[in-house]
Amino acid sequence: MTDFQVPSWGYWVMGVGFIVFIALLVAYIHKNRGFKRPFFASPYVLWLIVFTVLPCLLVCYFSFTDPAGNFTLDNFKNFWDSNYNARKAIDPAELDTYLSMGLTLNDLGLARNSINIDTLVFSLWMAFLCTVICLLLGYPAAHIMADRDFKLGPTLVILFIVPMWMNFLLRTIAMMSLLEDNGLINTILEWVGIGRQKLLNNTAAVQVGMIYNFLPFMVFPIYNVLNKMDYKLSEAAMDLGCDKWHTFYKVTLPLSVPGIVSGITMVFMPAVTTFYISRLLGGGKVQLFGDLIEAKFLSTSVTEWNVGSALSLLMMILILASLGLLRKADPKGEGGGIV
Amino acid sequence: MKALKRIYLGLILAFLYIPILVLIIQSFNAGESRAKWEGFSFVWYGKLFNDPNIMHSLWITLSIAVLAALFSTILGTLAAIGIHAMRKRPQSLMLTLNNIPMTMPDIVTGISLMLLFIFTRVERGYVTMLLAHITFDTPYVILSVMPKLKQMNKNTYEAALDLGATPMYALLHVILPEVMPGVITGAMLAFTLSLDDFTISYFTTSPLVQNLSTLIYSQARKGIKPTMNALSALMFVVLLVLLLLVNKRTDEEKS
Repeated sequence: MTDFQVPSWGYWVMGVGFIVFIALLVAYIHKNRGFKRPFFASPYVLWLIVFTVLPCLLVCYFSFTDPAGNFTLDNFKNFWDSNYNARKAIDPAELDTYLSMGLTLNDLGLARNSINIDTLVFSLWMAFLCTVICLLLGYPAAHIMADRDFKLGPTLVILFIVPMWMNFLLRTIAMMSLLEDNGLINTILEWVGIGRQKLLNNTAAVQVGMIYNFLPFMVFPIYNVLNKMDYKLSEAAMDLGCDKWHTFYKVTLPLSVPGIVSGITMVFMPAVTTFYISRLLGGGKVQLFGDLIEAKFLSTSVTEWNVGSALSLLMMILILASLGLLRKADPKGEGGGIV
Repeated sequence: MKALKRIYLGLILAFLYIPILVLIIQSFNAGESRAKWEGFSFVWYGKLFNDPNIMHSLWITLSIAVLAALFSTILGTLAAIGIHAMRKRPQSLMLTLNNIPMTMPDIVTGISLMLLFIFTRVERGYVTMLLAHITFDTPYVILSVMPKLKQMNKNTYEAALDLGATPMYALLHVILPEVMPGVITGAMLAFTLSLDDFTISYFTTSPLVQNLSTLIYSQARKGIKPTMNALSALMFVVLLVLLLLVNKRTDEEKS
């Protein structure tokens, strides 16, 4: 950790920033001749600058520098080819000797390796699958609960809200203990006569864990929109001769789009960024983008930290882009998204 | 059709709740095996409270939650009052910045804070975890206090100042009593979120200073032991009660 080079100007920037902030505050108080209420926010303004804005800028800074603090795009090149840095580090003369001895880049472990980009694509695929399954499972559930004739609906929806706030880690562990080799499901399978199966440490287990964790995030926003929807609209459609299916297809579904969009974002974003669900249910055999970032920062090699920052920056951009999409599709926040 | 709908809803809820229920039931199993029920017992809970590692983590978790809730409530309440009185532009800028920790995925928040501590050469541990917790708690306090401020009469504060109150006095005796319910909800929410957090703690602490979540994670990677089952079950129940309390408060305040 001590090898990580910190530019000395870093402290200067922070010190000067703090002084400028205080000076601005004093000037502002002086100009307004007295203490105005907005000043109560000044400690938090400082806090936001130090603990929110500065860390975000640091992610950008580390993404575009090497461990010595020089500007570089290598971290992003490393994203396309995870052996880029290693190939660059090796002495060209040495490399030539190896190559003339008949060894290939592959033998040296220096050939182009697309693991980073592959992991991202796999992560996006897993999150996409999770979102689609959650939508298919969650929409009917939300629709049933939002039915005006179903008196239990508003009570039952609480059962969907509570898990949204619950610790994902604990819920993942509950799922893990259920799927274990001697867990409940395997005990039942053996009792039925099917015999024990390997349920854990594969892609399916990770997918089930993701659906289990994120399903409530799909149900709640859709329920919210359906519940607020004017039921007279679908009644009118029925009166005008629409059958049940057409009423749903032509009236209810289009009106529930803000809820669907909100649900999709709320499922997709955590699904893309998760790392412990895949770690615990995939047993290290299933690697998602979050695991990749985690691994970069657990690494002792400092170059990896810069690469990890670059990956985090890409993730930030991905999330901001999907949030922007959400705002476009649901500008009034009708989905009631917590995000 | 109606029965079919109910069965479907029942299945979905079973999917969501059976794992948790099984975990809780298994934590009372006398035997070590998860496959066989060997009688009801508190033996794992007994082991839990005699494990110095777990007790140390419990102490860290609780003390951080209390301190983070306290600091973020003070910071957040002051900030909410300030932001509420701001003009439109700075207000919307502040609210956007305030939203960042809530919209960013936890892993990015955790890593960016970790980079801050590495950059400033602050050794990661108890203090850095506390700072991180205050950072992600405060936006929620602000969101709980804001609605109460909007309900308040705008002129009472000015009136207090006109009548000779200092800003501090007016804050403590005029604004604060009115927004108190929101402040308490915010504090409870901050406490719960802090107890609940795993990802951000994971990146902002060292392996030597672990809260319950990071301890459970590091143990679970090696396979789940019955004491971990008991610990998870206990945390589930505590968090559930806290969440229901917070939910009830927010619902009451809305109506």
